Amino acid sequence: MSTILEVEALSKEFPVRRGLLQRQRGSVRAVDRVSLRLEEGECFALVGESGSGKTTLARSIIRLVEPSSGSVRFRGRELLELSPRELRRQRRDFQMIFQDPYGSLNPRMTVRKIVAEPIEVHRLIPRAEIPGRLRELLGLVGMPEDALDRYPHEFSGGQRQRIGIARALATEPSLLLADEPVSALDVSVQAQIINLLVDLQRRLGLTLLLIAHDLAVVEQIADRVAVMYLGRLVEVGNASEIFARPRHPYTVSLLSAVPVPDPTSGRQRILLPGEPPSPMDPPSGCAFHPRCPIVRQRCSTDEPALEERAGWPVGCHYPDEMSAPLIG
Amino acid sequence: MSRGAGRHLVLITGGLLVVVVFAAALLAPLLAPREHSSQTLERRLESPSAEHPLGLDELGRDILSRLLWGARVSLGVGLAVVVLAGGLGTLIGAVAGFVGGRIDGVLMRLCDVVLAFPGILLAIALVAVLGPALRHVVVALVLIGWVSYARLVRGQVLQLRELEFVVAARAGGYPPLRILWRHLLPNVLPVLTVQASLGMAGAVLAEASLSFLGLGIQPPTPSWGAMIDAGRSHLLDAPHLALFPGLAILLTVMGLNFLGDGLVDYLDPRQRRLYERSG
Repeated sequence: MSTILEVEALSKEFPVRRGLLQRQRGSVRAVDRVSLRLEEGECFALVGESGSGKTTLARSIIRLVEPSSGSVRFRGRELLELSPRELRRQRRDFQMIFQDPYGSLNPRMTVRKIVAEPIEVHRLIPRAEIPGRLRELLGLVGMPEDALDRYPHEFSGGQRQRIGIARALATEPSLLLADEPVSALDVSVQAQIINLLVDLQRRLGLTLLLIAHDLAVVEQIADRVAVMYLGRLVEVGNASEIFARPRHPYTVSLLSAVPVPDPTSGRQRILLPGEPPSPMDPPSGCAFHPRCPIVRQRCSTDEPALEERAGWPVGCHYPDEMSAPLIG
Repeated sequence: MSRGAGRHLVLITGGLLVVVVFAAALLAPLLAPREHSSQTLERRLESPSAEHPLGLDELGRDILSRLLWGARVSLGVGLAVVVLAGGLGTLIGAVAGFVGGRIDGVLMRLCDVVLAFPGILLAIALVAVLGPALRHVVVALVLIGWVSYARLVRGQVLQLRELEFVVAARAGGYPPLRILWRHLLPNVLPVLTVQASLGMAGAVLAEASLSFLGLGIQPPTPSWGAMIDAGRSHLLDAPHLALFPGLAILLTVMGLNFLGDGLVDYLDPRQRRLYERSG
C-alpha cells in the first residue's frame, strides 16, 4: 500500500473580530497541528462531536479553506504551494460529497448539467462521449437514466445524495472526502447510501476520508479511525482495535454513547460534565482535562503529545486507564 | 377570496398595466389619432371631445397623441436606465461580494458616497452640468441608480457563496468566472427582477421630474414631465393639460410597483422552498 495523502501539522485559525472597529481580538484554532496519513484504497474515518473541527480539517486539506500553517501532500505533491490554477486542475483527483443533499445541488440546473459540469470543466472526454458517460455515472450510483433532465427538487434526499456522488465521481477521483454524507438523511436511507459508498470504494479502488459523528456507521465501514477533540487528534488507529479497546478517555466516553441493541448488556453511558470548551480559549495542558473522568494534576499543565503508546497513537498521559469495565 | 389569490391579483394587475403601457408606447405611431406636433392654434386648450378624446394643449396639439408618443420617452428612459444601471450595479456588486476583502471595501464605500446625496438632486446637478438632453438624463440616472443593484447583488452573492452547491463548485475546480456566471448570478436573478421593476418605476418618475424642470428631452418631442410643466400655468382654466400626463405617470408607476410587489410575494423564499421541495 502506498500513501496517497500526508497531512502534517496542519492548523487553521480564524481571526475573531469584535467591536466597532473590527479589531482582531484573538483567534479560534479550529484545527490544531493535525497530522495524518491516508493509504491508497482505505477508508479513514474522522470522528468527534460537533464543533471539534472535522469539517474545517477536511476543507483545509483540500484548500476550500486556506490553512494557516502545515503541509498537505497529495501523492507527494505539496498542495499548499500550488497556484490557484494548478490547484483547480488537481481538484479532479480529490472530490467531495456534502452533508446537505438539498443545498449541495444548484436548484437551477438539471441533473444532466450538474453531473456533466466537472467533465466539461476538466475537458476529460470529447463532447460527443459525454451522454454515454453520464448514463454510466447514473448507473454507478443506482439512478435511472430519465433522471438526467429533471431538477434536483424533484428528488428525495437519498436520490439527491446519489446525484451528488455521481458528480463527485465524474472526474474519476482517487480520493473522496465525504463530509457527514448521511447525517441529513432518513435512517432508512442512510444504510443505502453507506452501502453505495462502500461498494463504490471497492469497485473503483477509491480512498475514502469519511467524516461522521455516527459511530455505528464508522464501525461498519472504516478501516482506520481518528478521533478529534477541540481541533486536535486524540487517538488514531485501526477501527476494529479502537472500537474493541478505546484508550483515550474521550474515545471511551464517545463509544459509550453508541446505543447497543441489548438492554441486558449492563453497559453504562458515560456522561461528560459540562460543554466542550470554547476553541477561542482552550484549556491549558490537555484540552480534555476539564471534562475528563480520570483527570490528574499533570493534565492541566502538560499538553500530551499524540504519540505511539504501546499499540497506536494516543494523546493522553494516562491511556488505557479507563476502558474495559465500561464497554460492552 | 383566498390570500393566495389576493397576492396574485396584485401581480396580475401590475403586469396588465405594464403590458398596456408598453403596448401603447410601441404602437404609438399606429394608435395616435393625430400628428403629435401638429398645431391647431385657434382651438388651443380645448376640452376633451369626441374628436380629441383628451382635449388639446396650449398650442392646440392633440393630448392623446402626445401622451402615446410621450410613453416612448418615459419607458425608453426607464428601460435604458434599468438595463444600464442594473448591468453596472450587478457587475460591481458581484465583484464586491465574490472577491471580498479590500476591493469589496472600496466598492461599498463608493456606494455610500453616492447614497449620501439625495438622488434626484444629484441627477439635477449632473444634467445641469452636462446640458439638458435625454441621454444626459439617462447618464445621470444610471450614475445614481446602480448603487441599489450593487448592494442587492453583493448581499445575495455573500449569502449564496456559503451555500454548499457553490462550495461544491469550488471543490470541483471550476474557474471563478464560471462559478459566478453559472451558479451565483442565476440564483440572484429573481430578486434582481423585482428590483428592476421597482427601479424602473423610480426611473420613470425621475425622468418626468427632470423633464418637468426642463432638463429632459427638448420640445417639440413630447414627454409626460414636460407636458405637466406646460399644463402647470393652465391648472385653473384647462386642468386636462396636466391631468392626463399625471394620470399616465401614476398608472405606469403604480403598475411597475404592483408588478415588483407581486413578484416579491411570488418569489417569497419560504413559498419558493415549499414549492421546490414538494414538487
